[in-house]
Amino acid sequence: MEVTTTEFKRCDVVKASGRVDSSTAPRLEEALNSIVEAGRYKIVFDMSEVNFMSSKGWWVLIDAQKKCKRYKRGEVVLVNVQENIRESLDLVGMGTYFKMFNDITAAVGSF
Amino acid sequence: METVSFPGRFESLPKVGKFVAKAAKKAGLNDKAIYAVQLAVDEACANIIDHAYGGEGKGEMECTVIPGNEGLTVILRDRGRPFNPQHIPDPQLNVPLEMIKPRGVGVYLMRKMMDEVRYEYSPEGGNILILFKRKKS
Repeated sequence: MEVTTTEFKRCDVVKASGRVDSSTAPRLEEALNSIVEAGRYKIVFDMSEVNFMSSKGWWVLIDAQKKCKRYKRGEVVLVNVQENIRESLDLVGMGTYFKMFNDITAAVGSF
Repeated sequence: METVSFPGRFESLPKVGKFVAKAAKKAGLNDKAIYAVQLAVDEACANIIDHAYGGEGKGEMECTVIPGNEGLTVILRDRGRPFNPQHIPDPQLNVPLEMIKPRGVGVYLMRKMMDEVRYEYSPEGGNILILFKRKKS
């Protein structure tokens, strides 16, 4: 898995590729935490190149969502979630914790 | 039928995933079912490392795949302490964000993803988890 972060005026875009599982989720966690620790709470997570995500990955996202939404200071939104991932996310009811977009411009524009 | 033993480390997870995906394809499962098998096996292996072994590098995870006419059977064996996923209660879902807790989601997902989940434990053999995914006709 690769993770990149790009800082924009309105928000930060985090993009990962490949598998997010118990072995790689800590790297995603690190990327999200460093944004939150810098006092930035509006995050777009671009999942267009993520082809697998286990529950460990979702916990990282849920944890970041809790931190960002606190005091209504921001939130994590998801872009281009692949169908298989989205179905498993919905199956455990976690899909409801995130706004999802089909293109990055709309996601960035939501802030 | 084929059996491969993987080190009980998180870096083994993609390799286990590839191994079961190949067998699922051979068994004639569709893409959605192949993803379901990969996800269920990934959650099961993460639980073996976290709960049966209590950490990485403590033992092996043995994975057997049996492609059949009806679908795919995956058998996971470890030598760790007893961990019966059937004893893990369903997580509380559809609760407010602040209240959601990680416990039990992986096991719940594994049950939902597969058509059958069976568990056995023997003091000599450790944990045995048998997963079955039916082929859509």
